Amino acid sequence: MSTPYDIAVVGGGIMGSGAALRLAEGGMRVILLEQGDIGQGASGVNAGTLSLQIKRVRLMPYALRGHQEWKRMGAEVDYRETGGYTLAFTDREADLLQERMTMKQEAGAPIGFISPNEVAVREPGLCRKVVAASWCPADGFANSSLTGRYYRHRLKAADIDVREQCGVTEIHRDEPGFTLQTSSGPVQARRLLLACGGWLKPAAAMIGLDLPVRARVNTVSVTERGPRLVSSVIGHATGLLTLKQKGNGTVLIGGGWQGLGQPGEGGNRGRVDAGSVLPNLRLARYAVPGLKELRIVRSWTGFEANVPDFYPLAGAAPGVDDAFLLGCVRGGYTIGPFISQLMGDFILGRQPELPLFDPARDFTKDIQP
Amino acid sequence: MAEQQTPPISPIAPVAPVDVLVIGAGPAGATAAIKAADTGLSVVLADEQKAAGGQVWRAKSTAILSAPSTPESRAGDDLRHRLSASAATCLFDHRVWQIQPLDQGWMVALTGPEGPRVITARTVILATGAQERIFPVPGWTLPGVIGLAAATALMKGQMILPGQRVGVAGAGPLLPFVAHEILRQGGEVAFVADLNGLADWTKLTPQMLRRPGLALRGAGWLARLRAAGIPLLYRHGVRRITGDGRVEQVEIGPVDDRWKPVDNQQTRSFRVDAVCLGHGLAPATEATRMLNCRHDHDPALGGWHVATDDLGRTSIAGLYACGDGAGILGAAAAPVRGRNAAKAVLADLADKSGAGQTSPASNLRSVSAFGRAMTSLTIPRDGILDQITPETIVCRCEGLTRGDVEAGITAGGVSPNALKSDTRCGMGPCGGRFCQETAAMLTARLTGRPVEEIGLPTARPPLRPLPIEAVASDFDYDELPIPAPAPL
Repeated sequence: MSTPYDIAVVGGGIMGSGAALRLAEGGMRVILLEQGDIGQGASGVNAGTLSLQIKRVRLMPYALRGHQEWKRMGAEVDYRETGGYTLAFTDREADLLQERMTMKQEAGAPIGFISPNEVAVREPGLCRKVVAASWCPADGFANSSLTGRYYRHRLKAADIDVREQCGVTEIHRDEPGFTLQTSSGPVQARRLLLACGGWLKPAAAMIGLDLPVRARVNTVSVTERGPRLVSSVIGHATGLLTLKQKGNGTVLIGGGWQGLGQPGEGGNRGRVDAGSVLPNLRLARYAVPGLKELRIVRSWTGFEANVPDFYPLAGAAPGVDDAFLLGCVRGGYTIGPFISQLMGDFILGRQPELPLFDPARDFTKDIQP
Repeated sequence: MAEQQTPPISPIAPVAPVDVLVIGAGPAGATAAIKAADTGLSVVLADEQKAAGGQVWRAKSTAILSAPSTPESRAGDDLRHRLSASAATCLFDHRVWQIQPLDQGWMVALTGPEGPRVITARTVILATGAQERIFPVPGWTLPGVIGLAAATALMKGQMILPGQRVGVAGAGPLLPFVAHEILRQGGEVAFVADLNGLADWTKLTPQMLRRPGLALRGAGWLARLRAAGIPLLYRHGVRRITGDGRVEQVEIGPVDDRWKPVDNQQTRSFRVDAVCLGHGLAPATEATRMLNCRHDHDPALGGWHVATDDLGRTSIAGLYACGDGAGILGAAAAPVRGRNAAKAVLADLADKSGAGQTSPASNLRSVSAFGRAMTSLTIPRDGILDQITPETIVCRCEGLTRGDVEAGITAGGVSPNALKSDTRCGMGPCGGRFCQETAAMLTARLTGRPVEEIGLPTARPPLRPLPIEAVASDFDYDELPIPAPAPL
């Protein structure tokens, strides 16, 4: 067998690809193993929203840095800094909006409040039932479909050994390092980074870890091309709507409505539940009445992994030398390009710019900043 | 984003599940529904058309009811008569947009004239038929170019001609049918260009004689086309279709036995105002792919099709497929396959332990011989890719040329999902129905892999474009099931 790699990265989404790039820049010989196609899991099927208004307060510094990374990727991922509105349609929602956006503002997001009249002037395609709204000029979106193309190109340029359609079936501890059994033969590496999103639980089980990871099954729908209805990202005080109209006129509708299935249960991307996609479409139709003229051409789901405290796993695998975990990052599309760099720095023995999230923590307690 | 429970769909929830929901009321699905209802099962039959018959036995629209009957319209009338006499509940003008498994059975979401609707069923029979296959050629997206099967539907259902002077081109049995039908309904046929040679047809004579009536009609069509002086050009294909904003001219040229264009000096041009172009039928697989059924690739059955046992059981319990959706065997086989699927449902519902013991009708092989022979005329040969120039649109929804698609493949988009994400090929309203097979053949050629290894992209709901107004027009904001917000 050939010389072991310095590290095997399992998972070719934003997390794994981003970390692999950082590790290769740091001089490591990296192999990246992806069971499907690069960037085709949650990284490629999410709604592409880059909104500070829907980020957790504690993760705001990471999200702000993530936005910078997306801006840098620019046209290659169809990045658009359109700004975004979050809308409240009832007094209860207005209270929620006030409380939450104030805290996010204090955490550093450039969020302001604007009057319903001003919203109506700036986004005439929205319904007139807005009672309160916030605005963040830094919000926008990218085209998540292009994640795979973007990272495949960069991984190739960095001379990283990438294997697509290459699932890992077993991981054995060597002294030192690991041997991974894959669908294209064994791979030896001195270190191991598991960055496989919804599949983190079964992958971690291969090195003897029982992680309390569950996958949320987020639903996104897209319309056919239509006339211009909105020009910025539209959200809802509860977080249950994200909506944006892309350059080609299609409208993407998300908001974390839950589909069905878990990773490994027949099909790799979960299933759409008509019972949740309908209220999602109704909320969208309520916010943007002009949607009534359009048809949905596709609804889909992707797995978003999380642990019980809904904070990331990013650090050393508990009790397994030379193994590392990266996943469960709430807002992972936004934050991924940045936190994957932190993870790479950590593995390279450098001091990460911002703290990581120790996977050995007690998930029942709130994280102290 | 918040943790939330999945709310039930509010509109028109049924009280109790039906035994079997049949999707598609063509000869296979309608026969399955009749047979299942006759054995005492509760049956709902849903179809997007206004009447049963599918494409092949399509009902005439009310505007042309007085038109003379044809063998197809008579077969359809008989089917519709038997269906209305059966206990099956028919939901015409209903579109199924989602099918999802429940702990027991299935939930199917539809839209219809009364709004959105949900049906739960213990079993589902998919009889979703076939879709037309058209390989691109320069100019094929010009207005005035229409599929052979689409032209058939137009003429059968409405007696509307595709044009006044029409070129008919492609492969398969619809060529003589469409050309003759245009003539019969008063149009002019400029030419018939068939990628197959006369020898490809004559070697199928024994199989064609399994349906002597239809073979005789076919011979009659050809005789009348010849008598009318219409050029019947075998081993010929379309080189390009041109016109200012719509079809005006079409250039035809010879092809070799791989359907590759050859002898560029031998081309001929025809002035036309429409072109009927088609290369056979492919099984409609979006529902079975969406449900993750196992699929097989067999060019002799139209390419990718859902895998079933002899009775139509798919790889997923409680889900059955019959008719051309399970592999193109043609209209004569469809009722037999429908009856088989009904038998399987009946046996499985009676025997909860699993596959009930029952045997398929033994005559499927003989009734499908004709259909198999016709399908064999449409097996795509690799030279057809050479009719597609780099500038030719391949994905018409997204306006992608062959060059665009090949650039995506060369850049590493070698799986159907990656190619779709990277280039948008197949992302438009047609859901890849028109471009998927061409894209897969181009991928196979560029990567040196067999086309069946390329696979299929993930299929997603809705099964047909879903008007937002059809599902989100009538609701009360306060009743939206909005759960508690996410943790801060």
